[in-house]
Amino acid sequence: MSFEAQLAQYLASGLVVGGVYALIGLGFVIVYRVTRIINFAQGEFVMLGALLMVTGRHLGLPTAAAFVLAVAVVAVVGALLERVGVHPIRRAEATAALIVTIGASIAIRGTALAVWGTDPYALDAFSPGPPLRVLGASVVRQGFWVLAVAALVFAGLWVFFTRTYAGSAVTACAVNPRGARLMGIRVERMWLLAFALSGGLGAAAGAVIAPITYATYDMGLMLGLKGFVAAVLGGLVSPVGAIAGGFLLGLLESLSAGLLSSGYKDAVAFVVLILLLLAQVAGWTPWRVAEET
Amino acid sequence: MSAGRRVILLVAAAVLVAGIGGLVRSSYVLGILIFIALNAIAAFGLSLVMGFAGQVSLGQAAFYAIGAYVSGVLTASYGWNGWAALAVAVLAGGVTALLIGFPIFRLSGLLLAMATLGFGIIVYYVLVNWSGVTGGPSGLTGIPPLSLGAFRFDTDARMLWLSWGCLLLLLGLGGNLVDSRIGRALRAVRGSESAAAAAGIDTARLKLGVFALAGASTALAGSLYAHYLAFINPSPFGFAFSVELVVMVVLGGAGSLWGGLLGAAAVVLLVEALRSALPLLSLSHGAAEYEIVVFGLLLMAVMILAPGGLTAPGRRVA
Repeated sequence: MSFEAQLAQYLASGLVVGGVYALIGLGFVIVYRVTRIINFAQGEFVMLGALLMVTGRHLGLPTAAAFVLAVAVVAVVGALLERVGVHPIRRAEATAALIVTIGASIAIRGTALAVWGTDPYALDAFSPGPPLRVLGASVVRQGFWVLAVAALVFAGLWVFFTRTYAGSAVTACAVNPRGARLMGIRVERMWLLAFALSGGLGAAAGAVIAPITYATYDMGLMLGLKGFVAAVLGGLVSPVGAIAGGFLLGLLESLSAGLLSSGYKDAVAFVVLILLLLAQVAGWTPWRVAEET
Repeated sequence: MSAGRRVILLVAAAVLVAGIGGLVRSSYVLGILIFIALNAIAAFGLSLVMGFAGQVSLGQAAFYAIGAYVSGVLTASYGWNGWAALAVAVLAGGVTALLIGFPIFRLSGLLLAMATLGFGIIVYYVLVNWSGVTGGPSGLTGIPPLSLGAFRFDTDARMLWLSWGCLLLLLGLGGNLVDSRIGRALRAVRGSESAAAAAGIDTARLKLGVFALAGASTALAGSLYAHYLAFINPSPFGFAFSVELVVMVVLGGAGSLWGGLLGAAAVVLLVEALRSALPLLSLSHGAAEYEIVVFGLLLMAVMILAPGGLTAPGRRVA
């Protein structure tokens, strides 16, 4: 295979993975903007989405129905987490909420272990067939589904945040919670909505990546952390930034795995994270990662 | 706690440990006690970081790994004296903490936590991939026990004395530290950082010092761990252990010297209790793994219901 063809291959797989990171990163951003909480359980939403999708398909549901069901169930899980775990300590320090969501992520992972066991589950691609060739790279068909679902979600969120009342209310809470409250917006409802939304987003990412990576109970931690890095790359409060960060991270990972060493592939994201945070401390970044207020 | 009472408590604990080491023959029980001491040493520093510097480190397992691997590589691969290796390991932990703490302590709480998490994961991947030195995923074997002249710390009872000796020494020194000028400064920072800064305390330097101390003491625990098991591989040094240390500190109460010990004991005993109880009610899979559900729920419950930990029921730590 020529170098150009290899490069095309790395770029293609980087874009597909990047789409997933972008979806997960968006979940972080939506929650962080409104609540100033880093929801560590975001990755477990992804895992739940993937495993529920597998179970739905095994029960004989059509792909679309299994997808919608997985997204809906995990959105409820997200809302539940907000009610049970986050709401009681909403006035405590930010790190307290971080520790609570770490606890939640461990509990969710353990529950998934109890339900699904340790075996990885395979899942049929949404549409069968051999990989397609694009510009010299061969891309599995599910890769296009990943990008299509990501694009649909991005468009849907854009409409939601800019064209609907509820979306504007969420944005208002992100910009100025006190002002939003004075305008009659129920800020606590928006917290709930943000967590439910991020649950649904994570589930969509998991359901659509499952045919490529297999679904296991412990897939959530890494995916979640990488989604977080994607969100940080984009400044942590910018949805568009998180999308760009997701694709950037996917490309970086795929290129470094291909061109440098595959052993450190999973470490790339964290090197990027630390370099970015250090650059911000030194004042070298043109934009800042939003810190809690 | 007054200095007098602390000395009495430490001496009583030392006598108790010496007695247990002489009387108890069950290597299962001794093993549990040794792990309580090792985890308590590791949690000791993190407790100071969380309690006094008000920061969460999610990568503390990396310092445990640095201690274990520096000791392991120097003694097993290069034939160093165990104590010299231990000293280098502790120093390496402290210096690493200083080096990474210097830039990242200028970040705010959440980003700092995530930066330490990233650091921990990078260290883990280095252990797995740098196989020329670390032995890769299969690890290092043949780490010799520590010895004093002809007296080798090679039995469970002797290792119990060594690990608890180190822990009690650390608790004694920590007690003195908390009572000293630095300790008063630390408590002032915990009360109100801006007030402390206004009173002339260099809060950034103080927090960094606490982080370095935590790195060094966690590395000490790691070094003892390596000499105790004589074998190390990367798997116990992953993110899960970092979280376990946070659980210990949260359970015991951040910023309380003895809280780390209490939390370590609670976690180690809980794991053992679950391991022996769960096969009875196991559903279908490996029962030992259910412990993580309990950990998760415990962590949430303590943070929500008793943020001060076991040592301060119902008290909210600022």
